[in-house]
Amino acid sequence: MAPKKPASEKLWLSGNEALALGAHEASVKVASGYPGTPSTEILENLSTYSNVYTEWAPNEKVGLEVAIGASFAGVRALATMKHVGLNVAADPLFTASYTGVRGGLVIVVADDPTMHSSQNEQDSRNYALAAKLPMLEPSDPAEAKEYLKLAYRLSEQFDTPVLLKSCTRVAHVKGVVSAGKIEKSKVKPGIERMPAKLVMLPANARARRLAVAERQGKLSTFAETFAENQLEWGDKKIGFVTAGTSYLYVKEAFPKATVLKLGMVYPLPVNLIRELAAGVDEVVVVEELDPFLETQIKAMGIPCRGKELIPAIGELNSAIVRRSVTGNAGPSGFEPVVVVPRPPNMCAGCPHRGLFYNLNRLKVFVSGDIGCYTLGFLPPLSAMDACVCMGASIGMAHGMAKALGDEGKGKIVAVLGDSTFIHSGITGLINTVYNKDYSTVIILDNRITAMTGHQPNPASGSTLMGEPANSINFEELCRAIGVKHVRTVNPQDLKETYDALKEEIERDEPSVVITRYPCVLIPSEKKRVKYPLHTVIENCTGCQSCLRIGCPAIHWHPLTPAEAQKRGYKDKQKGYAQIDEITCVGCGLCLPLCKFKAISKGDK
Amino acid sequence: MKKSGNILFCGVGGQGILLASELTAEVLLSQGHDAKKSEVHGMAQRGGSVEAHLRYGKKVYSPLIEPGTADLLLAFEIMEALRYLPYLHEKSKVIVNTQRIMPPAVATGKTIYPENILEELTGRGLTVIPVDGFEIAREAGNVKAANVALVGALSTLLPIPEASFLTAIEKRVPSRFLEINLKVFKAGRKAGKES
Repeated sequence: MAPKKPASEKLWLSGNEALALGAHEASVKVASGYPGTPSTEILENLSTYSNVYTEWAPNEKVGLEVAIGASFAGVRALATMKHVGLNVAADPLFTASYTGVRGGLVIVVADDPTMHSSQNEQDSRNYALAAKLPMLEPSDPAEAKEYLKLAYRLSEQFDTPVLLKSCTRVAHVKGVVSAGKIEKSKVKPGIERMPAKLVMLPANARARRLAVAERQGKLSTFAETFAENQLEWGDKKIGFVTAGTSYLYVKEAFPKATVLKLGMVYPLPVNLIRELAAGVDEVVVVEELDPFLETQIKAMGIPCRGKELIPAIGELNSAIVRRSVTGNAGPSGFEPVVVVPRPPNMCAGCPHRGLFYNLNRLKVFVSGDIGCYTLGFLPPLSAMDACVCMGASIGMAHGMAKALGDEGKGKIVAVLGDSTFIHSGITGLINTVYNKDYSTVIILDNRITAMTGHQPNPASGSTLMGEPANSINFEELCRAIGVKHVRTVNPQDLKETYDALKEEIERDEPSVVITRYPCVLIPSEKKRVKYPLHTVIENCTGCQSCLRIGCPAIHWHPLTPAEAQKRGYKDKQKGYAQIDEITCVGCGLCLPLCKFKAISKGDK
Repeated sequence: MKKSGNILFCGVGGQGILLASELTAEVLLSQGHDAKKSEVHGMAQRGGSVEAHLRYGKKVYSPLIEPGTADLLLAFEIMEALRYLPYLHEKSKVIVNTQRIMPPAVATGKTIYPENILEELTGRGLTVIPVDGFEIAREAGNVKAANVALVGALSTLLPIPEASFLTAIEKRVPSRFLEINLKVFKAGRKAGKES
């Protein structure tokens, strides 16, 4: 629930909750985005406030375009996304830099160094430089809220979209946040025609390009006195230049040092950095991932050390920063011991499991995509061979088919979820039909954006704000695109799915198989009364057929020959499988795999 | 009480680690501490390892506990305690839920679940407080409340009145589950005192 508390009350909020509160206090009217860890909860929380319209867009590009439109209409607008989402939204971003804004426009982008839940760890700060946009970088939830409000003031003052960079250790960190005052924009909402500013064809864009250059100059001057670029004088041996969470690690490791904390990481305050350099023996730049600040500071002709000391890969922490700068390892814990890894797994009853079991049996090359189903890569299902980015599965399958011709026939499928298909798979499917190949596209339709925590999407039948909505009919959509062979199967029925896949994969033309079954974690499925399956232990022969689906509800119990004999099994039986009835949801996927009647249906 | 400290929570997705860490944070804040808590929960519902770092003191900068500096470890699954050894030092105290949850490689028979985990921990000189959270919660009537049993055990190690914990539970737990959770907390507290 949104904390609706009087001003100045101390709240305990995550970075994402704080950003939602910040948007509320900045009087944001329209917010759009696409779910992506660690950014998702910003819009989820904002949707609980009144006086703001929030939505999930089909992808980040649309989300940013919606926010740009709202800004043009004169209201404060917000777009949220994860780092890789900004790649998708980069096209409107670079030109919105030229148009500037009417109502304040802020893009919150959440990076994920160390890739806790991402396919790469790109550094979003590079977008600020490339798109010539100011970027603020808070270090914790309290700053996240304040910086978002600041970002709206800067956006309207300098006629620019503003980037606010979050990351896992801001978004998913909780800290003490003070509620503040509601701030109103001075911009008047309404339709205002200003084509020279908003119609970006070459003649206008050339003029706006000059406006961007002028704005950059003004922002650079502003940066010198910006209150959030703070020079804290201390010990004069090392002067640290740092920003965001890296600042926290520096303060923890070197509490007495001189530190220049940059609240704005682009453009940089050249004179302030020179002032620091003049007052200390050496400048050390501490930043996560790329040498973004370091490269610019070196280009100013200021000697400093950065990535020669600080790792450029993965998250930092105070221990890494201390060790990198001083060589002193600091406190040490016990030596690590080898512990069986515990990777995430598809849930018991997950409708994706049966599909991947079948794909494994069909021995096809599975061009995969981003979602829970990427876990189909893990043993024992081991049925994903490539995964690059949202929606890529279809285009990659097409490219393989074109490269291999007849040799690849019957051997290539693309697999992606409903939300990912809507995000950016549709265009790939249009290409597959238009440029003709034989690949089979499998849409795993569980009616929800599951991986990021069950956000509704255009197939779900409801919106972020809880309104009923149209639910895309994938069959009709695929036929309209020109796919002649579209069929829908229940993935929990192993045989039906296997037969359908076999037939479509062997076909000479593009085909789509929709596996439709709701995610087990959506509220209606969670509430459904479950009838767990039972194990008839004496019938188990230890053949391990049921273990091939990798269900977390089926456990293997190893036996010694003596133990096997005692239980009435043959001496050579190495163990038995048992269903954990607390975890089992009774989906029945394992039933046909057991040839020895060791699994029985639950009581109804 | 100690002016600052680091409490690490670890376990398996779905065990209620985030609620337990929230209750603890709430109690520490009520005592006038600053605090920060860091979670990684992208995969929380899918059975992967989950951890939460909770740091408190006069002013907390970093939200991450450094290796070798966790004062307390709450391991919601016994094997997970071993995974976090690098965060512990000789004086760390470890509260262990003795429940076992099979990781995929064990459940599919590729490897075996380690034995003698408590001995592995005590053998390093650590103070270990085993709690059968699952059984305590089952007896109280809801196996999902095992997390609160561990918070009960934790409450005996922090010099904070029991009432602060009870207030936090009342604030955070939905009313229909409150009675069971209070019962589980008290049983966990008893288990903590006895060991």
